Amino acid sequence: MLQSPIDRIASATPPAVAARVKGLSDRAIAWLFVAPSIVLLLAINIFPLIWTIRLSFTNFRVNRPNAQVEFVGLRNYINILTDSDIWLSMQATAHFLIWTIVLQVLIGFSLAYLINKKFRGNDLWTTIIVLPMMLSPAVVGNFWTFLYQPQIGLFNYVVGFLTGSDPSSFSMIANTSLAPWAIIIVDTWMWTPFVMLICLAGLRSIPPSIYEAAECDRASKWRQFWTITIPMVLPFLMLAVLFRGIENFKMFDLVVQLTGGGPGSITELTSINLKRAAFEQWRTGYASAYAVILFVTVFGLASIYVKALNKVKQR
Amino acid sequence: MKSLLTSSALAAGMYVAVSATTVSSAEAADLTLCWAAWDPANALVELSKDFEAKSGNTMRFEFVPWPNFADRMLNELNSGGKLCDLLIGDSQWIGGAAENGQYVKLNDFFDKEGIKMDDFIPATVVGYAEWPKNTPNYWAMPAFGDVVGWTYRKDWFARPELQAEFKQKYGRDLAVPRNWAELTDIAEFFQGREIDGKKVYGAAIYTERGSEGITMGATNALYSYGFKYDNPEKPYELEGFVNSPGAVAGLEAYKKLYDCCTPPGHSDAYMTEDVDAYKSGQVALQMNFTFTWPGINADANVGGDKSGYFPNPAGPDGVQFAQLGGQGISVVAASEKQAEALAYIKWFSQPEIQQKWWKFGGYSALRAVVEDPSFASSQPYAKPFLDSMAIVKDFWAEPSYASLLQASQKRFHDYVVANQGTAKDALDGLVKDWTAVFEDEGKY
Amino acid sequence: MSTYSVTEPSGRQKWFAGILVVLYAVITLLPLLWIIGTGFKSPADAIAYPPKMIFEPTVEGYVNLFTTRTRVPEEQLKELGEPTTWYDKLVRKDGVIITGASRFAERFTNSVIIGFGSTVLCIVLGTAAAYAFSRFKVPLKDDLLFFILSTRMMPPIAVAIPIFLMFRSLGLSDTHAGMILLYTAVNLSLSVWLLKGFIDEIPVEYEEAALIDGYTRFQAFYKVVLPQAVTGIASTAIFCLIFAWNEYAFAVLLTSGNAQTAPPFIPTIIGVSGQDWPAVAAGATIFLVPVMVFTILLRKHLLRGITFGAVRK
Repeated sequence: MLQSPIDRIASATPPAVAARVKGLSDRAIAWLFVAPSIVLLLAINIFPLIWTIRLSFTNFRVNRPNAQVEFVGLRNYINILTDSDIWLSMQATAHFLIWTIVLQVLIGFSLAYLINKKFRGNDLWTTIIVLPMMLSPAVVGNFWTFLYQPQIGLFNYVVGFLTGSDPSSFSMIANTSLAPWAIIIVDTWMWTPFVMLICLAGLRSIPPSIYEAAECDRASKWRQFWTITIPMVLPFLMLAVLFRGIENFKMFDLVVQLTGGGPGSITELTSINLKRAAFEQWRTGYASAYAVILFVTVFGLASIYVKALNKVKQR
Repeated sequence: MKSLLTSSALAAGMYVAVSATTVSSAEAADLTLCWAAWDPANALVELSKDFEAKSGNTMRFEFVPWPNFADRMLNELNSGGKLCDLLIGDSQWIGGAAENGQYVKLNDFFDKEGIKMDDFIPATVVGYAEWPKNTPNYWAMPAFGDVVGWTYRKDWFARPELQAEFKQKYGRDLAVPRNWAELTDIAEFFQGREIDGKKVYGAAIYTERGSEGITMGATNALYSYGFKYDNPEKPYELEGFVNSPGAVAGLEAYKKLYDCCTPPGHSDAYMTEDVDAYKSGQVALQMNFTFTWPGINADANVGGDKSGYFPNPAGPDGVQFAQLGGQGISVVAASEKQAEALAYIKWFSQPEIQQKWWKFGGYSALRAVVEDPSFASSQPYAKPFLDSMAIVKDFWAEPSYASLLQASQKRFHDYVVANQGTAKDALDGLVKDWTAVFEDEGKY
Repeated sequence: MSTYSVTEPSGRQKWFAGILVVLYAVITLLPLLWIIGTGFKSPADAIAYPPKMIFEPTVEGYVNLFTTRTRVPEEQLKELGEPTTWYDKLVRKDGVIITGASRFAERFTNSVIIGFGSTVLCIVLGTAAAYAFSRFKVPLKDDLLFFILSTRMMPPIAVAIPIFLMFRSLGLSDTHAGMILLYTAVNLSLSVWLLKGFIDEIPVEYEEAALIDGYTRFQAFYKVVLPQAVTGIASTAIFCLIFAWNEYAFAVLLTSGNAQTAPPFIPTIIGVSGQDWPAVAAGATIFLVPVMVFTILLRKHLLRGITFGAVRK
């Protein structure tokens, strides 16, 4: 059963129980139960957000307690949006986002398709495949720098073994054209199972009767795949893409540990860029404006996408 | 599932109880000293046992590896944390820590206890203790002298067949290089060579991007080629000094060395990576801070007679400087145990402790130790250390040091490792970035 | 059901699919096995070329993980006499002595305290809110639920700036309490959404019957709904625990010597002059294996957990 967040919200409320209740009224209990969560989120999410917006119009710096804090209007925003380095960082993020999604969808869907052939032991292997997904990206990312070492690293050794090239002849992390792929490979290794699981749920939701009907109509397997399988799985796939998109837009831990944004600034995703501005240069006001820009981007893109997702589902 | 839930709740309760006890024991009157996680820090733990025995205080240590050290500790200072009572902070932090009142000013304490800054190597006093520079305002006591120098494979240099081949190729003896051009020749000579059945490379140098690595490395070439931070006549005037033709040639020289003569995948190397490359016998030359020398000298593979040490070579015009490292020890203003922390500094300042410090592999900055006639011959690396200490230059120690450093890290790494633009572009860009920082600071 | 079905794949198809999936699983498992294996290598074996598949196992990495060591001058080494314990003996051969315990045990304990603390809080708050959202007409319910979910979309680094300032002025920087609150807030969206799904599945009729029997609404919640939701609560708890356990960005920015958790600590493990990969691998193994076990336990609810309850099987 598939429900998008929007659907879940819109789903019908269970019928209210008649007011023959002793003790606290339902209304009171409802408030009592919801309020603590809302208060905590207001305190730790909304209040900081408002504070960030306010700071974004100032030149405040955490490491200069004695300096005068001035209101600088839109200067921080203008500086950020006209800074070519930040645009490069956005590009790096987009490259990472697009390729991880493409690869994870392709591999994840294929795996789900194969697992859905229900060979013996498919449950066991599914569980094994899923393991990397739940692990700490920082710890795993750190270890991948070891696997990526030229010569002694497992990755280079295996690639060298398979292609016959010298394992010390290339360095995934050092080379400017390979580094963006180094982070994509690790993210794909970790998160393909996520897409796979969702696709598998999609495939299993297709009633066999539809295929049986198609078979009666003598539709080829190829045609069945494109006219039944893909359209039925598409909403699931789009949901997976939404999750991966939001997660990888926020990407920080894995890449920081893998490349630290290097070489040069080739893999400096926006979160890393922002972290440097906020917690290394301590340009708090400037970094706040940067944070606001990122919020707006992710919310904007996500809501456009959710609209598209709903359209697909209504078809 | 039910039992799982209860057992995890049980575990949670248990650990809360455990944490309560550990927290209360941490409240006892013990001192925490923060420093980078490296060999000298390990040695200091051993040395401090004497202080613990004499004072009755217990010492706790918080060591953070270099790539994270500045981040973590500046975060700690800026968040007003009380973790560290004593901080052996990097030399460049002193401006910010002094101006923002994060370190305790030590002048009165020095006067009272008779600790005289004249007793320390002058470069270390300026570099580690003073802010503003060259004024008698002290925020730290020099604790650990350090400077970038070079290690080389003496045993390889001594091989007759290599000597002959080198002489034939370059027309001079294979020996300690006198300038950067010679150094590059030697690195080139060894690059890709087969020695004892193993492929070796020219040099391990600093290329790290995340913290300060490539800046601490490239500046050695830049200084010797004539780079200056600003106009000596007019502070903060950068144009023509930071990006002078000499500076451009220096950065090009550093890139040339990186491109031709480093081991594969050497794009993010700092102290530990360079040591690893050298100790595993991969490289003929190693750029590194002198703190690594005792460890190399004691190493089973490359130690003893197999390694030699020399200061950073001169540039084409004979100008010779080396990047200063090292730290002073300071008392953190937020600490509630300042008296005990000062007592530690007093203990540490004693000549016999400083003598022992040197023996344990800590580079004492006390003149009584290093000017002792027996010092230079006490270890093979003692004299190169003193020679290096005489030619030091340090990065900006301004309160805005972090922003200045980030700019140089990015510009240098973009050019040297990521092949973007020219050396002139990189340094012009650096002038632009640094000017913007100083404008923000109201320096113009 | 007939034995022959057009939708049932042929035996050959199954074989082919099985081989490909197993191949992928083996490749995907390789890095994890490599981590565990490296933990039992000697430092020299860890950086050997070509990489060693077969090696003599040693616990040196684990000893190094839990200790701090220093190299001492030879004469002092002699003065110390023979090593007294097996772990002393293990490190002494490198001319190194143990000077004390490392911080790993503390960091690991911090991870446990903060992980479990935030999970308990998250479940308490989340169950209450989810029940209310599931059973009552809460004003602006849809907006509130969406608001709760949207908090998850913010990049942690962006939120960290004001939280850093807030924690600093409240004295919560680098404290267990601060991190527990923060992780609770971060995971609350997950816990509310997941638990609402689980509670939605419990028929309302049970409570109605209880109410008719004279239970108060609170009693009905406590004695009827909670026991039925236990499986859902347990799996939600494990999800919260795993996310808190793995969290890195907030931990690296907001904790230091006192409340630092394992993820920011493990990558900073280094040895005596040089990188110590076996120790890093040992730390990673101790840290990752519990999550692997939980993942296997959770496999039936995995899909639901990772999609915030949007996809259920």
